[in-house]
Amino acid sequence: MAIITPRRRFLTTSLAALGTATLGGCDRFAGTDAGRRTLRLGEDANLFVQRLLLSPGSLAREFPTSAVSPWFKPNGTIDPPDRDYRRLASGGFADYRLGVGGLVERPLSLGLADLRALPARTQTTRHDCVEGWSCIGTWTGVPLAEILIRAGLKPQARYIVFHCADTLEYAGAGLEGASLRPVKPDHVRHVQVAAAGSDDWGGGEPATDETSDETAGRTPIRYYESIDLVDAVHPQTILAYDLNGNPLPVGNGAPLRLRVERQLGYKMAKYVMRIEVVETLAGIGDGLGGYWEDRGYEWYAGI
Amino acid sequence: MTSAASRERKTVPRTYLTRSASDHRKVERRRWMFRHPLVIRVTHWINAVCLLVLLMSGLQIFNAHPALYWGDRSTFDAPALSITAESGASGTGRGVLQVGALRLDTTGVLGLSKVAGVENERAFPAWATLPANQDLATGRRWHYLFAWAFVLNGLLYLLYGIGSGQLRRRLIPDRDQIRDIGGSVREHVRLRFPEGEEARRYNVLQKLTYLVVVLLLLPVMILAGLAMSPAMDAAWPWLTTLFGGRQSARSVHFIAANLLVLFVIVHVLLVLVSGFWNNMRGMVTGWFSLGTETR
Repeated sequence: MAIITPRRRFLTTSLAALGTATLGGCDRFAGTDAGRRTLRLGEDANLFVQRLLLSPGSLAREFPTSAVSPWFKPNGTIDPPDRDYRRLASGGFADYRLGVGGLVERPLSLGLADLRALPARTQTTRHDCVEGWSCIGTWTGVPLAEILIRAGLKPQARYIVFHCADTLEYAGAGLEGASLRPVKPDHVRHVQVAAAGSDDWGGGEPATDETSDETAGRTPIRYYESIDLVDAVHPQTILAYDLNGNPLPVGNGAPLRLRVERQLGYKMAKYVMRIEVVETLAGIGDGLGGYWEDRGYEWYAGI
Repeated sequence: MTSAASRERKTVPRTYLTRSASDHRKVERRRWMFRHPLVIRVTHWINAVCLLVLLMSGLQIFNAHPALYWGDRSTFDAPALSITAESGASGTGRGVLQVGALRLDTTGVLGLSKVAGVENERAFPAWATLPANQDLATGRRWHYLFAWAFVLNGLLYLLYGIGSGQLRRRLIPDRDQIRDIGGSVREHVRLRFPEGEEARRYNVLQKLTYLVVVLLLLPVMILAGLAMSPAMDAAWPWLTTLFGGRQSARSVHFIAANLLVLFVIVHVLLVLVSGFWNNMRGMVTGWFSLGTETR
């Protein structure tokens, strides 16, 4: 036995070192392009298999109104700091217009009264946050399909992009129109994501007031999201203006928010100002289809 | 190793001259069995890597909202379990694990732990999560990639195990074993394990534990994970109902993960005390020593 003990000690030490190196290596691997591509394979598999299991008409579970959460937790932006938005809110959103453009036959501009005059759907559904919690609420709104039918999609139309009123962060001064990638190296990106994660119990908003920043020439990055046509024409995909029978509160996305019931909460853009129909997501933000998608989250958030 | 060579080794046991034997003329004959076929060995180690990554990325995901609930929705003011950081009277923080009415000070590990010497408010500490820093997006990507690897690997194991009859042969207790279950318990308590012919098969507690893990705990883990998916809830509403709602499914997923950690701890401890190198050789090369007999 004495003869092989050093070998065994060597093996044990090597194993431990290998374990530590592997776990440290995981983080380094995730930071490389090949690593990011590999880690995205799970999302591709999720999308492929879940789309196989779901028929276009499979509905998300609907609950009796007795199941509604007493408090619907607002998350992400809960009070947009933007001057234009504040002006709209102080006027009770009387001047609000939803713009519909991009690859459509007939661009639209719809006020809240116009939206409420369109066919409506009411649904009591469970909102599943990417963080893990759930709330149940009753939403009333106009099915997105009703708006898209009225606008008329051009044949190249593939994605519906939602542009929102709320600023989440600011790009560097004087960089308007430039790609954000070069000014946001990975370590900066990590800090931002960590900061977003740190107020998971509350819901974050930029601490600074937008007014001063805009005069200082900084470019606000406002929330944006996208879905494909499969989800866009789903019967439960609505632009909601009411929550639990009352006009949507500011915290939950007044005056209009998206509901995509078969996906996670961050897909359901709040404070929707403009709908853009596009062929590719390449020109939107950093090209991955949404504010959080450009910061590492999945574009397909069915799980 | 080719299968022809393995058969040869199985039928012609290797003979060892042990260096420590005081009488050099005495020959000790070591008896071997080919215990683990290639598919079982490969799927075992892939499974081990998958479970480690799934656990650590799972804790990262849990940290995004370190509270559990029962039912369909979150009852934020009354979680079934929560891990939080509180500021104490003297301004010093402390980590608190709360389960129902039970409150435990877990400073240093749960709720409040140090990252590079700096106190950090986070449910599970940096050394237990993947990635180490707070990064839900990357944690989710690790989790889903390795969940797929885990499921495909598990299917391969089950198909092979059922098709070859290995699963039944290895894991279903024999009649005599069930009759002597008390004897097996006594052996475990004294940390004595079968040798020789009896070591050709798993003992009864081992068989039952593996059965529960393979056919109950791991499937529950996968199903509870799927039951949390809003898309799966639309495709298979019965699944979320089976667990009593999405938040219940999340709690079950967390509890099952803890039971798996408990299993792995006991598994590794028993591997250590029942002949570490023999067990490791068995799961790496397939060859397991049944002990020596003197001729």
